[in-house]
Amino acid sequence: MREKILWMLEKNSRIDLKDLAIMLGVDEATVANEIARMEKENIICGYHTMINWENTSEEKVIALIEVRVTPQRGMGFDKLAERIYQYEEVQTVYLMSGGYDFTVILDGKTLREVSQFVSDKLATLDSVLSTSTHFVLKKYKEHGTILAKKPKDERMLVTP
Amino acid sequence: MRNFLSDKCTELKPSGIRRFFDVVSEMPDAISLGVGEPDFDTPWHIREEGIYSLERGRTFYTSNAGLKELKTEICHYLKRRQGLSYEPDTDVIITVGGSEAIDIAMRAMLNPGDEVLIPQPSYVSYEPCCLLADGVPVIIELKEKDEFRLKPAQLLEAITDKTKLLVLPFPNNPTGSVMTKEDLETIAPILIEKDIFVLSDEIYSELTYGRQHVSIAAIPGMKERSIVINGFSKAYAMTGWRLGYAAGPGEIISQMVKIHQYAIMCAPTTSQYAAVEAMRNGDRDVENMREAYNGRRRYLLHAMKEMGLECFEPMGAFYIFPNISRFGMSSEEFATRLLTQEKVAVVPGSAFGDCGEGFIRISYAYSLEDLKEAIGRVSRFVSRLT
Repeated sequence: MREKILWMLEKNSRIDLKDLAIMLGVDEATVANEIARMEKENIICGYHTMINWENTSEEKVIALIEVRVTPQRGMGFDKLAERIYQYEEVQTVYLMSGGYDFTVILDGKTLREVSQFVSDKLATLDSVLSTSTHFVLKKYKEHGTILAKKPKDERMLVTP
Repeated sequence: MRNFLSDKCTELKPSGIRRFFDVVSEMPDAISLGVGEPDFDTPWHIREEGIYSLERGRTFYTSNAGLKELKTEICHYLKRRQGLSYEPDTDVIITVGGSEAIDIAMRAMLNPGDEVLIPQPSYVSYEPCCLLADGVPVIIELKEKDEFRLKPAQLLEAITDKTKLLVLPFPNNPTGSVMTKEDLETIAPILIEKDIFVLSDEIYSELTYGRQHVSIAAIPGMKERSIVINGFSKAYAMTGWRLGYAAGPGEIISQMVKIHQYAIMCAPTTSQYAAVEAMRNGDRDVENMREAYNGRRRYLLHAMKEMGLECFEPMGAFYIFPNISRFGMSSEEFATRLLTQEKVAVVPGSAFGDCGEGFIRISYAYSLEDLKEAIGRVSRFVSRLT
């Protein structure tokens, strides 16, 4: 049941609780309890809105930064990650396998803001060996959702 | 001038759904619950395989009965999903949709005057296909109280010395009814005793909610007297690819191949390559779509209950078939008024046979948001009637 609830919420976190219960074939209280419990257990960590900022007048620069570090004694990857993710402009931090250690996704207002963050804050951390910054030019798909205009239903209105 | 038309063809009734389609077409801003095909796009990996086959220049005919590769995958699939064993070389034919398979199976099997039992309400093509093959359709009227399943008593009553074939359309369009293994076991002994063949249209076999579909051919003694028809349209959301198949005894399939080779040549090559991918790697897609349909099915049933429309719980396909007889109008009138007053298209049950009168078919091959909007309007319409 948990997985089924998560499945539905992941696609639409605003789904009506009543509809969700009907579609899963259980009563509303069960679903509400299960969701509350999952929130407490940090399985459900938030209900965010997916925004295509490109369609607004708001300027936004998104950068993906590959960070190589040397983990130091008494300060493993987790500690280091914490020093990075505490910054408000940092949207996402992943520990990676392969050629570098962290993927950091940054959300800034201007190019300047992003480059300042990288040169002043990130690159100057003791354990950081190198950074490589990539700017996002265009978003096509995020969170399983294609951001282009919604296709219209091209089926005939009535078919056998 | 002479009359150049065939009597057989001119006497054929035009499909009731066509007539309603013409009405709907004049109202382009109507929202529809009348569609008999999935709202999902064909999964990308399947489309991609079709594109790749075109890039590789696989643009030639395949052998008449279809790509060996695809026939082999279909046999694996039928074994895996339904425990049926068929030989790809002799027992399977790839057709242009399940529809072609229905047509050529009847043409391969019927002699003039042979009676074909057709349970209704059901898909619109069985009766015309039977007539075109010089068969005599004998309609069995399925009852709402039986949840539109075929009961042994009804079957026995309809059988005569001339009965040759039974069409078994489950999971059913338009009712959503399914025949369970137990239901099939009640009719199988009759079919064996009376020596009747079965054309089992299982195009919705992947869309059952609850128990997995059981084919009549899986009931002991039935495989040798059944043609199983299935296809890719509903399970893999591939309606426009026009691809189906039939599996059954080699003697019949080989006759079907003969008609198919003269009338069709072979099913579309691109579609066949895409279908190989669907068979090999499509199980997850089917499961996801089934899960989505099931949620909508529950949503609609609940909505019907709330607006006081009587509806038995359908366990297959993607339709519900509520009873509207208490409003004292025909199902066509109900559908037309719903269309003109609230701009929602549903299909009158009478389009699927006379005994569909008093019902409407509502499809749930729509997103929840679309269903909500449409159901809100249906509910407003119904509350005005009561």
